[in-house]
Amino acid sequence: MLAIQTKALTKSYGDICAVSALDLEVRQGELYSLLGVNGAGKSTTIRLLCGLLDPTSGSAEVCGHDVVSKRQTVKERINLSPQETAIAPNLTVEENIAFFAGIYGKEKSCVQNIIEKLHLGEIVKQKAKTLSGGWQRRLSIAIALVTEPEVLFLDEPTLGLDVLARRELWSLIRSLKGKTTVILTTHYLEEAEALSDRIGILSAGKLIAVGTADELIAQTGTASFEDAFVTLCTKEADDNAQ
Amino acid sequence: MRSKIFSVRNFKEILRDPVNISLGLAFPLIILLLLWFINRNIPAQARMELYQVENLIPGIAVFGYSFICLFSATLISKDRSTAFLARLYASPMRPRDYIFGYTAPMLPVAFAQTIICYAAAVLLGLKLNGFALLSVAAQLPTAAMFIFLGLLAGSLFNDKQVGGICGALLTNLCGWLSGTWFDLSLIGGAFKKAAYCLPFANAVDVGRLALYGSFGAEFRQKLSVVCAYALVIGALSVFSFRCKMKAQ
Repeated sequence: MLAIQTKALTKSYGDICAVSALDLEVRQGELYSLLGVNGAGKSTTIRLLCGLLDPTSGSAEVCGHDVVSKRQTVKERINLSPQETAIAPNLTVEENIAFFAGIYGKEKSCVQNIIEKLHLGEIVKQKAKTLSGGWQRRLSIAIALVTEPEVLFLDEPTLGLDVLARRELWSLIRSLKGKTTVILTTHYLEEAEALSDRIGILSAGKLIAVGTADELIAQTGTASFEDAFVTLCTKEADDNAQ
Repeated sequence: MRSKIFSVRNFKEILRDPVNISLGLAFPLIILLLLWFINRNIPAQARMELYQVENLIPGIAVFGYSFICLFSATLISKDRSTAFLARLYASPMRPRDYIFGYTAPMLPVAFAQTIICYAAAVLLGLKLNGFALLSVAAQLPTAAMFIFLGLLAGSLFNDKQVGGICGALLTNLCGWLSGTWFDLSLIGGAFKKAAYCLPFANAVDVGRLALYGSFGAEFRQKLSVVCAYALVIGALSVFSFRCKMKAQ
């Protein structure tokens, strides 16, 4: 069953086409990475799928509901962890998690569960603004998970984290596979390669390739995923220039 | 339910910011004390009626609301400038939840600020009677107006602009055009007329008239000016917040 399906999804700003006729299919429980250089349309795609933007044309369904006509239903089933750490600075860790749990109508017991699951016990009474970058990221993910979303959008979740904190978050994200559909955007290609079931590569608002990391390497005849990514993006840029 | 949860979060955010407490509460009290001391220390025949505590306190209360406006606007603009609001926009919260959540917690904060200012004034000689309580109540439309002004500024400007507009411009407008620091009749003419076209002087007069127990035509006229401003600014703030929400 599909968790996300878009048909010719397009978003234009005047003459600029941020997302162009996007046909995207993401299966339930799949971890799907959206990759692309800056301005490729990743964030716009996520905003369209979260119901934050109206498409210029085309359609998108999340959990079987149209993101425009059933926006409220979609919003009850998803969560977005934005690129920046989006937390309430003067609330404690526990209050932050409880706040978002309350917004989504979740039981208080969910708060304790997620605190234990993400090992946040030692900082639970600390104000969010006093946490280190790594802890803030983890809190941001905890906020997303406490709402038990069917589809979770993770926008650059490990940006600015050290290697250890990043690896820890990776194992957390891996643990979601099969239960939660995760759409991950990242600039770290090794992250996408290590975590994703499938990878979609966006360039100039178009989906130019989809597959597993190995499939994309094979498709481009390159030695590494990074080379495959560069080959695909530069080829598309050259085609557009011509 | 969501709006209540959101308003509790906003209430905590405001009260846990030490700058808010020191500016919102301490600053009006310091000015009240300062002006009261100045008036007390000058010879009796030279004392200014304007600086008698019963004339001073309504103006101090109105001046204090400009800080409430600043807190509200800063909170909203900071939420907008970080990804916090974007995250909430992706949640099932509806526009009415945001508007209630941002405005409702400011009312008890404004009310508490007014009570504290009036309580300080009582310690300085203000008679504690029914009119003092009515004067506090008569300030509520003014408080609402400033809270909506905060929502409007927070929706339109970033946190740095809010600091300039609400922190500097509004507090100065509120101070100079309210008739708190000096009698507007001393300048008179177009200046006084312009001041009374704005809500600040009317708001201060509403508080003063209530303290005197004067609830006649003048009180009703000035209160209706304040209420009209509160309604117009309220409508504008809701409209601009919804527009910004769509645009984001």
